[in-house]
Amino acid sequence: MKAEENHGNTKKFGMVIDLDVCTGCGSCMVACMAENNVPFRKDESDKLKSITWMRVYKLSNGKPYPETDICYLPRPCQHCEGHDGHSPCVSVCPATATDYDMQTGIVSQIYTRCFGCRYCMAACPYHARYFNWYDPVWPDGMEQYLNPDVSVRMRGVVEKCSFCIQRYQAAKDRAFMEGKTDIEESDYQTACTQACPAGAITFGDLNNPAHAVYKLKKQPNAFRLLERLGTNPKIYYLSSREWVRRAGDNYLKNEGPAKIG
Amino acid sequence: MKIDRRSFLSLGIGVAAGTAFSPLPWKLMDDVSIWTQNWPWTPVPAKGESTYVNSVCTLCPGSCGISVRKVDDRGVKIEGMKGHPVNQGGICALGLAGLQLLYSPDRIKTPLKRSGKRGEGKWVSISWDQAISEVAGKLKELRTGGQAHTVAGITGGGPNTLSRLFKRFLAAYGSPNFFNTPSIDNSYRLALQMMNGATPDATVGLDLENTDFILSFGCGLLDGWGSPVHMFKTNTAWRKTQARVIQIEPRLSRTAAKAYQWIPITPGSEGALALGIANVLITESLYRKDFVDNYTSGFEGVVNASGELQKGFKQHVLDNFSPKAVSEITGLDPAAITLLAREFAKAKAPIALFGRGQGKLPGSMDEALSIHALNMLMGAINQKGGIYALPTPDCQAWPAVPPDAVADSGVKEPRLDGAPSDVYSRLNQLPPAVLSGKPYPLNVLLVMEANPLYTMSNSKSVQEAFNKIPLVVSFSSFMDETAQNSDLILPNHIYLERQEDAPLPAGFSKPVISLSKAVFKPLHNTRHAGDTLILLAKGLGGSVAEALPWKDFEACLKQAMGDKMESLQKTGYWINTGAVFPDGKTTFTTPSGKFEFASSAFCPGFTPVKIEGDASYPLLMIPYDTMRLASGYTANPPFDTKILEETILLHQDGLIEINPKTAQSMGLSENDRVLLQTPRGQANVLIHLEEGIMPGVIALPRGLGHTAYDAYIAGKGVNLNGLTGPIADPLSGLDAAWGIKAKLSKA
Repeated sequence: MKAEENHGNTKKFGMVIDLDVCTGCGSCMVACMAENNVPFRKDESDKLKSITWMRVYKLSNGKPYPETDICYLPRPCQHCEGHDGHSPCVSVCPATATDYDMQTGIVSQIYTRCFGCRYCMAACPYHARYFNWYDPVWPDGMEQYLNPDVSVRMRGVVEKCSFCIQRYQAAKDRAFMEGKTDIEESDYQTACTQACPAGAITFGDLNNPAHAVYKLKKQPNAFRLLERLGTNPKIYYLSSREWVRRAGDNYLKNEGPAKIG
Repeated sequence: MKIDRRSFLSLGIGVAAGTAFSPLPWKLMDDVSIWTQNWPWTPVPAKGESTYVNSVCTLCPGSCGISVRKVDDRGVKIEGMKGHPVNQGGICALGLAGLQLLYSPDRIKTPLKRSGKRGEGKWVSISWDQAISEVAGKLKELRTGGQAHTVAGITGGGPNTLSRLFKRFLAAYGSPNFFNTPSIDNSYRLALQMMNGATPDATVGLDLENTDFILSFGCGLLDGWGSPVHMFKTNTAWRKTQARVIQIEPRLSRTAAKAYQWIPITPGSEGALALGIANVLITESLYRKDFVDNYTSGFEGVVNASGELQKGFKQHVLDNFSPKAVSEITGLDPAAITLLAREFAKAKAPIALFGRGQGKLPGSMDEALSIHALNMLMGAINQKGGIYALPTPDCQAWPAVPPDAVADSGVKEPRLDGAPSDVYSRLNQLPPAVLSGKPYPLNVLLVMEANPLYTMSNSKSVQEAFNKIPLVVSFSSFMDETAQNSDLILPNHIYLERQEDAPLPAGFSKPVISLSKAVFKPLHNTRHAGDTLILLAKGLGGSVAEALPWKDFEACLKQAMGDKMESLQKTGYWINTGAVFPDGKTTFTTPSGKFEFASSAFCPGFTPVKIEGDASYPLLMIPYDTMRLASGYTANPPFDTKILEETILLHQDGLIEINPKTAQSMGLSENDRVLLQTPRGQANVLIHLEEGIMPGVIALPRGLGHTAYDAYIAGKGVNLNGLTGPIADPLSGLDAAWGIKAKLSKA
C-alpha cells in the first residue's frame, strides 16, 4: 500500500484531552459554536436535537454519597481512522458527503453533498454527528457575527466537528505566503484548544515526534473511547482515575481497560 | 383506432423511451438538485479583511484580556488574549459569547421614556437632549428643595473610574447614598482591615501560584470564584506542582470533583471547622510560633477597654473548639479534623480561603475571621503563597470636589442603609429603608451596570421598594428587570463599544489595571454612562458642574490614569511586577501595631448564621454557581444557555438537586414536578437526583428565572433570589445568608 494511503509520513491530526485538568466549564463548546457558525434555538434542552460539535459529558462513578465522584469528558468528533480510513461513518455514506483525508486524518463533511439519510449518525458510536432538523435562524442582526470561513448549514443535512479545518487551510495559506514549506504546531490549533481556560486540550500531529500530542498519547494513563470497537479514533484521553478509564468502554467486571491500538 | 393491449404497451414503452432520450428528466433532476441546494434564507457571511483588536472583558470582575477578531467592521469572534497576565490566552464561556450581547436585537437602542404603567413595557423613544434635561431637571428641583440626599445610586461595577465618577457625582450633588454591590471581596477587605490593619481601600492579593495546600471553605475555585480563567490556569499549575486543594462543602461541585479531597460538612459549620483545625494546630504546636510570637497580638491575651486582661484567641480556641466539640457541629469525624490540621501544617505554603461559590454574597464575618486566623497561625500573611493587602493603584489624581453648602449638608445626612460609609454598602438594607420611608424617603434611584431587581435576595420586597420610588433611572444597555421597571433609560454603550479601565482582578497577586477599548463604533444611539454623568452635571450647573469639569469621560479617564495611560494604550494593561509587598504603608496599622488574632473589638468565634425557617421546613436549600450561568448584571447569552445541562434546565423548568435517599423518603423520583417552598417564596421545580449532595440538602443554581432580557433566557427556571432573604451580619452589617430552610411537595 502506498504511503499516502495509510498515512505513512503524512499528517495525522489528533487531540489529547487531560480529564484530570478539564473542569467541565463549557468554554470549548461555546468556542466551537462561535467559530463554526453553529446555530441555536430558544429551547436547547433536548440534547438529541441540540447541535454541539463539541459536547461535554458528565460521568459519575455511580457510588452513593459521600463516595460519589464525577468527571467531565469533552467529546468532539473522534475522527476515526478505522482500518485504512474505514471510519464507521465514511463507510456507510451513500453520497460521499463524508470522507477520510489521508493527508490530515480529518473526517470531512461536505454539506452540499449530504442529502440527510443519517446513515452516518446511526453508524457513529460516539453520537458526534448532528442532523439539522430546522433551518438555522439568527435573531435579527446577530447573523453579523457569522464567520465567513465556515459555511452556514441548512435544514436536512448532517454536521459535525471538522477539527476547524478552515484554520488548517488558513495556516497553509499563510505558510505559502511566507514561503514556508510546512506549518508549525502553533499555526494550526482548533478553537476549543485555544479557548480552554484550563489548558486541558492539546492538539497537533500525532505522527510528528516534535508535537506535544505525540508524547502525551503514549502516557500510561491514556485511553480512547470504545477502544474495542476498532474505530481507531484520534482523540486520546488522560485520566489518573481508573473508574474514568474504565468508563471509556463497556467493560465487564473482570476485565481491565483495553490497551490502545 | 382501437387501443388493444399490444398498442397500449408499445405506446407506453415508446413514450418512456422517448422521454428518457429527451433532456427533460435530466434537466428536471438537475433543477431539483439545484433547488434543494438553494437556501436564500440561509445567511452567507460577507468576506473581508480579517484583523484582531485587543481589549479587556468586563462582563465579570475577572478582567481577562480578549482578542476580538473582526472581518472588516463586523466582529466575528472573541478569543482570549495571548500573553495577558490574567488569563494567558484562556477565555470562559461567557466571554466567548460576548458578540451575542453586542448584536442582540433586544438591546436598548435609544433613550426611552415610560409611556404606560411601570413594568408594562410601553416606551417612547426620546432624544438624548430630552433625556438629560428630564433627569437633570428633576435632580435640580430636589437639590433646590434641600432634598439632594434623597437621591441614591447603585452600581454593580468594580472600583473603576466610572464607579468613582458616579460616586463623585453624587457627592458633589449632595447625596451620601452611593451603593456598590457587596460581595465576598468586602469580607476579605474587612478581615484584612480588622486583623492585619490594612487600609480600607487596599485590595486583596492572593499569591495562589505559590501555595501548595489550599484549604477552601466552599470557594468555587473552578466555578467562577475570583478571576475565573486565572483560577483555572492556577489549578492546572497546581496539578504540576502537586499542590493539594481540599474542598469543604456539602455539595460535589466542579471544584470539589477536581480537588485532591472533598470533605462534605454540615452547611454553615465552616467557621467551626476552621477553629477546630486551629485547636489542633495549637494543641500539637504545629503553628508557626516564630511568626505568631513576633508579629501578632491577641493570641495569648487581650487587654480590653477598661484595662483588664481577657482570654486571647489561643485560650478561646482551646476551651471551646476541641475536635470532639467541632465534630458535633460539622458532622466530621474528630480524627479527620486532626488529620486535616496536620496536613495543613505540614505544607510549605498553606492558605485558607473563604467565600462560597463565586463569592456573590459577603457571608458571615465571624466565619471569615475564623478562617483567616488559620492564615495567621501559619504565617501566610504578606508571604510567598499567602494573602497580601495590595495598595489600590493610585488613580485619583482628580482635583478635590469644590466645597458647596448644599452638597456639604446633603452628604452629612445618614445613609439610607445605616452604613457608616460607602466602603461597605449594605445594599440589602436599602429596600426596608425605602419601604419604611425612614430616615427619609427615597425620591430618585439611579442604576448603573447593575440589576438589583434580579440579583438582590427577597425579590418581593425589592419590587415593593421599587414601586415606592417616584423616579427610577437606568443606564442599562439591556432591557433587564430593573430597566423594565424604570421610568427613564439612558442606555450605556456595551463593554465592547466603550473605553474604560478594568481594576485589579479579584484574587490576583500583583496590581494590574487593564484598559477596555471601544472595539466597535456604537451600533445604536447609546452614550457612554461616563459622558452621560458629565452631561447631567453640566445640566445641573454650579458646583456639580465644577466637580465634573471634564469635556468627556475620555478626558476624565486620562487624568485618572495619568502616566499609566501610555502603557495601557500600548499593551492593553498596566502591571506593577516590581512591587514588593508589604510596603509598610498598607499593613501594620492596627492599634497594636501587629497583626491581631483578637482585640478588644473582636475575637473569631462561631456564631452560626440564623438561617430562616422553622421546623415545618425539613430541608436546607443552598444556592450553587456554575460557569455556564451568568448570574450578575449580565444574563446568559443564548450560547451559554444552550450548553446548560438538561439536569439544570429542562425546557422551561429549572431543576433542583436532591440526594436520591432524601428524594426516596419523600416518594420523589427524577423529573417529578414539585412545589418548592421557603419562608420567602415558592416556585415549581423539577427534581434532579444527584448522589453528590448531602442528604437533607437541596441546591438550586443562580442565574435562571429571568423575567426580562430576551426570549432565549426569560421565563426559564427559577430565580433563587425570590426564595431567599438577606440576614444582616452582626459585625459587618452585610448579607451573611448562605441558605434557607425549604420544603418540597408534589405539585
